[in-house]
Amino acid sequence: MSKRMTEDQVVSELRSGMTIGIGGWGSRRKPMSLVRAILRSDLKDLTVVSYGGPDVGLLCAAGKAKKLVYGFVSLDSIPLEPNFQNARKAGAVEVREWDEGMVQWGLYAASLRLPFLPTRAGLGSDVVTYDPSLKTVADPYGGDDLLAVPALHLDAALVHLNVADERGNAAFHGPDLYFDDLYCQAAEKAYLSCERIVPAGELGELTRTRIARWMVAGVIEAPNGAHFTSCDPDYPRDEAFQKEYATAAKDPELWKAFEQRFLLGDEAAYQEAVKAFHAERSAA
Amino acid sequence: MISRAEVCAIACAEAFRGDGEILVSPMALVPSLGARLARETFEPDLLLGDGEASFVAGPWKLGGRPPSTVEAWLPYRAVFDIVWNGHRHVMMGASQIDRFGNQNISCIGDHAKPKNQLLGVRGAPGNTISHPTSYWVPNHSTRVFVEKVDMVSGVGTNRGVDVQLRRVVSNLGVMDLGGPDKSMRLLSVHPGVTVEEVQAATGFPLHVGDVVESRLPTEDELVLIREVLDPKNLRDKEVPS
Repeated sequence: MSKRMTEDQVVSELRSGMTIGIGGWGSRRKPMSLVRAILRSDLKDLTVVSYGGPDVGLLCAAGKAKKLVYGFVSLDSIPLEPNFQNARKAGAVEVREWDEGMVQWGLYAASLRLPFLPTRAGLGSDVVTYDPSLKTVADPYGGDDLLAVPALHLDAALVHLNVADERGNAAFHGPDLYFDDLYCQAAEKAYLSCERIVPAGELGELTRTRIARWMVAGVIEAPNGAHFTSCDPDYPRDEAFQKEYATAAKDPELWKAFEQRFLLGDEAAYQEAVKAFHAERSAA
Repeated sequence: MISRAEVCAIACAEAFRGDGEILVSPMALVPSLGARLARETFEPDLLLGDGEASFVAGPWKLGGRPPSTVEAWLPYRAVFDIVWNGHRHVMMGASQIDRFGNQNISCIGDHAKPKNQLLGVRGAPGNTISHPTSYWVPNHSTRVFVEKVDMVSGVGTNRGVDVQLRRVVSNLGVMDLGGPDKSMRLLSVHPGVTVEEVQAATGFPLHVGDVVESRLPTEDELVLIREVLDPKNLRDKEVPS
């Protein structure tokens, strides 16, 4: 059975108040066309779980995020994410700020239907001060107490891979899967966008086929869908555009213009506007 | 003439002495230069990641492409495994660091509504409780070396858990956590810097024992730094002389 969908069909299956996990890492292989579809929707009060990049920044700027669960939010080549900074400085979002490894552990616990997984990471730090819901657990074998990272159950996961077949098997062709499989497994429903939908069995090297169709509810063909984050080897991060984004996010007037130019239309309009942005730059 | 940045690079390299076959993760230019120098000289078994997803071998210029010899795959999941396994020594930056080596890279001010939002805690809590950690501060000042950090990201020596904090290297000198109650102790000052200057730039009392002058690079090390590892002199951008 084909699971082909559009971005807008995915959004129609989401509800305000849901917990949504977003794959990728920083400004790398983010399901940006799906994020942009959420920006255009009337969804609100989302809890967003992410190794955060511009996905988190954009959802904050659009007022879609009520709560964030993250280890960091960064644009990689630009260390700090200005829209995330704006939201934090305004006290506009609740946060659950965890160690990076704790986020993995929470997703993995949810994947395996475990209530928690133990770790040392987080103990002694202010992670436990600012998230008082965290509890420790005694080692039943007599060692030191450990932090019990609670499962991070996701209502929906959004990930972007290089290739998929129409039933949801998918492969990453870049350097790192990141934690995309865990996001899919931790979610009630996972929606996977990809650069290309190919026939079953033609995803490339078998060891890169790390997403299997049982994890996936919907497949969206989204060429350049990770833009402006990287999607190696299909394309690198669009550094010029990211710089434009980050500059705009620091100034309310510029941000209004950026939204007008890039974010108010549909995905096709966005991709056209990006082409025009680069054409203007090369003409200049 | 030996530059301050070159002295700092040696101090960073020295932080990795004795580490053997572990992953070293330097988070800025001068620590990267130090780690690469250590691997080219007295710690040949050190492992270095390329910042993407590979272990890479061979000399590596600052600002240059990673060496072409890829030793093994190192996706983030494998990095997390190495962190918790303990075979790693990280040298992180610090927006704030206190007398007991508690470090903050998360935010400045009240956590609920910070004055400034930085990266988030990233892997600092897990790093510090799992494996050796050092810090690099290119701008030693009372803004960074503070009485109390706003959010403990990297765990210090007074938080009731075991941590292995090795060195705090700054543009003024080298410290460790070997003072009374595992507090910060000044070990050496860089040439041209006085103990008083370091103390004045530090927002808490430093323990001062037998302070020596930081080690200078050898002739061979200078050639490696200047001709092989940092011919563009990027080190001076991080630590102006």
